[in-house]
Amino acid sequence: MDMPTPNPEVLAKKAHIVARLKAVLPADAVIYEEAETRAYECDALTAYRCPPLAVVLPASTEEVVAILKVCHAETVPVVPRGAGTSLAGGSMPTADSVILGVARMTEVLEADFANRFIRVQTGRTNLSVSGAVEEQDFFYAPDPSSQLACAIAGNIAMNSGGAHCLKYGVTTNNLLGVTMVTMEGEVVEIGGAHLDAGGLDLLGVICGSEGQLGVVTEATLRILPKPEGARPVLMGFDSNEVAGQCVSDIIKSGILPVAIEFMDRPCIRATEAFAGAGYPDCEALLIVEVEGSDEEIDAQLERILTIARTHNPVGLRESTSADESARIWLGRKSAFGAMGQINDYMCLDGTIPVSQLPLVLRRIGEMSKDYGLDVGNVFHAGDGNMHPLILFDANKPGDLEKCEAFGADILRLCVEVGGCLTGEHGVGIEKRDLMVDQYLPEDLDIQMAVKDVFDPKWLLNPAKVFPLTASETRRMAAE
Amino acid sequence: MIPKTESELAECVAGAQGALRIQGGGTRDIGVPVAGAVLSTAGLSDVSLYEPGALTVVAAAGTPLSEVEATLAAEGQRLAFEPMDHCGLLGGQGASTIGGVVAANVSGPRRIQGGACRDSLLGVRFVDGMGRVLKNGGRVMKNVTGYDLVKLMAGSWGTLGVLTEVSLKVQAVPEAMGCILVNGLSDVDAVSAMSAALGSPYDISGAAHAPSGVDGHPVTMIRVEGLETSVAYRAAKLTNLLAQFGGEVVVERDSMKVAAGWAWVRDVTLMQGGRGDVWRISVKPSEGPNVVAKLRETHPNISVLYDWGGGLVWVQVPQGTDVRAVEFAGHATLIRGSEKTRSILPVFQSESAPLAALSQGIREKFDPRGILNPGLMG
Ligand SMILES: Cc1cc2nc3c(=O)[nH]c(=O)nc-3n(C[C@H](O)[C@H](O)[C@H](O)COP(=O)(O)OP(=O)(O)OC[C@H]3O[C@@H](n4cnc5c(N)ncnc54)[C@H](O)[C@@H]3O)c2cc1C
Repeated sequence: MDMPTPNPEVLAKKAHIVARLKAVLPADAVIYEEAETRAYECDALTAYRCPPLAVVLPASTEEVVAILKVCHAETVPVVPRGAGTSLAGGSMPTADSVILGVARMTEVLEADFANRFIRVQTGRTNLSVSGAVEEQDFFYAPDPSSQLACAIAGNIAMNSGGAHCLKYGVTTNNLLGVTMVTMEGEVVEIGGAHLDAGGLDLLGVICGSEGQLGVVTEATLRILPKPEGARPVLMGFDSNEVAGQCVSDIIKSGILPVAIEFMDRPCIRATEAFAGAGYPDCEALLIVEVEGSDEEIDAQLERILTIARTHNPVGLRESTSADESARIWLGRKSAFGAMGQINDYMCLDGTIPVSQLPLVLRRIGEMSKDYGLDVGNVFHAGDGNMHPLILFDANKPGDLEKCEAFGADILRLCVEVGGCLTGEHGVGIEKRDLMVDQYLPEDLDIQMAVKDVFDPKWLLNPAKVFPLTASETRRMAAE
Repeated sequence: MIPKTESELAECVAGAQGALRIQGGGTRDIGVPVAGAVLSTAGLSDVSLYEPGALTVVAAAGTPLSEVEATLAAEGQRLAFEPMDHCGLLGGQGASTIGGVVAANVSGPRRIQGGACRDSLLGVRFVDGMGRVLKNGGRVMKNVTGYDLVKLMAGSWGTLGVLTEVSLKVQAVPEAMGCILVNGLSDVDAVSAMSAALGSPYDISGAAHAPSGVDGHPVTMIRVEGLETSVAYRAAKLTNLLAQFGGEVVVERDSMKVAAGWAWVRDVTLMQGGRGDVWRISVKPSEGPNVVAKLRETHPNISVLYDWGGGLVWVQVPQGTDVRAVEFAGHATLIRGSEKTRSILPVFQSESAPLAALSQGIREKFDPRGILNPGLMG
């Protein structure tokens, strides 16, 4: 993975920059010793590491303003960071950058149940947002699997999704407003407790901009009343085609499940060996979950099972208790861990039109043979967001490169069939150079033009999202 | 100019010598009046892809909304965001186009449950002010590849680019619907009742209040949709829940009547044919009645309709009234106003200085010559 050469001028004046940062922050909020900055050298894409110049941990919007003014004046790149769980290298530092971590900003600023929103500082973890409103029977809907660790800041920057977004949407659909600080240190309030923008929808652009447009310090989020209950059903099929058809039929039937999850045989076998959830040994498995009162759930599941039966399932398992529900989810939830037991893995995140599912799975199987690397598929089938997990051995020379080439081929296939490179993890550094497969130069240019407006000097997370060659002139102009 | 293809349209923009007035069906004469040559998207009309099993539809921008809706209806599907037809309110004629709906981010009562138009929008193709054909997003439901300019284009009223194609997420028409009506509530109690309903687990798809409904009395409307079992169950639960607010509670289960009632809300039928200016105010729901109370201090006879649980307030006020003189956190847009009102009062809420600077910066990138609906958004 190429990264730009660190700016020697910035490296040379490290002591000066640190001194300026220390002048505006409490002593324990500036980290600059090599041994300590290492803790921030990567995110969850651990194959790539680089300790930053320094790390700052502000506690308020005011401190963020002060930091950014210093960095802007000194022309130092800034990499915003939430919890560092990005799978795309979004929060990976460069040697000449300051990591601005919001982990200390975890306050709930306002919870309003009559108007159904909560305002938080963005370092708060995703799960603890729901935790703050749970007693009143509310929840925050987007639920990435990393929700125990990941921060709202990263969720907004990546426009994260979760298992339940089929019904509730992803982050952008649940975000009402933000307080953001621009690279120049200006505070901008966008949106609020009301719905939809009066002018241009800048909130929509900020969400998913991967920390390149501004540092988001506070967020107003929509909260929803908890459903009365939820129950999954498990179904196994002999072929991916049939499972795919079943997904389409359920979606078309007018029932809106909160989740439709899919696992293929390699993944089923791995999770069985790991977690022993009692899944049938079959080609494809679906977990469909619906919500409501008991009688509403019964009515929906009856419809879903009727549809499933028309596809000759090799196994159907209904849940009648919380315990059984947990067992149905057990395998799915331990899928990543199970694959990790077998070997190192790379998790992809392309999205495809649901109708292309069988074709894409078949092609992935063929490529797996060609590359000689195993792959398991587990993903959100209702919305076509795939997570192929490619197994490789990090200690075997050349294996990572082979795995990356295989991954790139899968993502190109996603684009080819009408889908996209990433459904929820973001581009970061990981898919940066594949952007040319999805977008023409002018399509990338208009996106970069938006960054020009927010961050004319290209100091915020500059080496991400866009192919380095495409962004080079803009990045160079800044130095 | 009525180009027949996207590339012809791009040539029209590239070759334009002055301002262009971008038009879809021409049913939404909203915004600061623009002087310029009309560039119509009516020649780009086609539902180019529809996959009911994937809940997606792709259509050229000039496709009539009615055609899109009919295509979906044939498969038992619909647009989740329930776009209003502005013809009644604005006294216009013609057929709204899907591109116009998107450009204005038109979102009806189901906005509170199914999201706004921008939330259903998966991808766009458009021509920028230099005549470049650009695309963003795609036709899949989850896509975080690069910046989300899809949302930016929704609600940009043709000032950033001329939309040529949109792809949208659709939803199945549920098997049943019902409406719980509460009669006789004050505005404040009505918003409390709607908040209680929206804070319940009963998955409300519409919550509106008319201080003076069809029969001249206050009526609060709560809509539920889904399987027959669900609708019956939730209607019963909500009837109990809403009884505490003091009004008479009635359940309407005749689908035709329910649909007609919500079309009445969606299209702001109450204010059709009236003579005053019509404003659309977006606030947090509990703030709605306060804004209205303050407006009534000077204009006791204004007509009012609350949608979105109180968060969307439609008001009809005497011509030239500046509703923003009342302070509130949110925004107000002048939807129906005389040319005079539109020339003295900003149609769109003005933004804070830093926000305005960012918006202006974006306009200059998308339309450096300033020829696309210049000034329409102020
Ligand atoms: C085991 C595991 C499971 C996962 N499951 C899911 C899943 O189901 N769905 C999903 O969508 N993702 C998932 N992810 C990916 C990841 O958790 C999400 O992308 C998450 O939103 C990142 O949040 P974070 O706080 O860790 O952000 P970080 O990794 O710290 O940063 C992510 C991006 O946000 C930017 N950023 C951080 N803070 C700010 C700020 N204050 N202002 C502006 N930009 C900022 C960073 O610069 C970076 O580009 C998973 C990751 C792991 C490790």
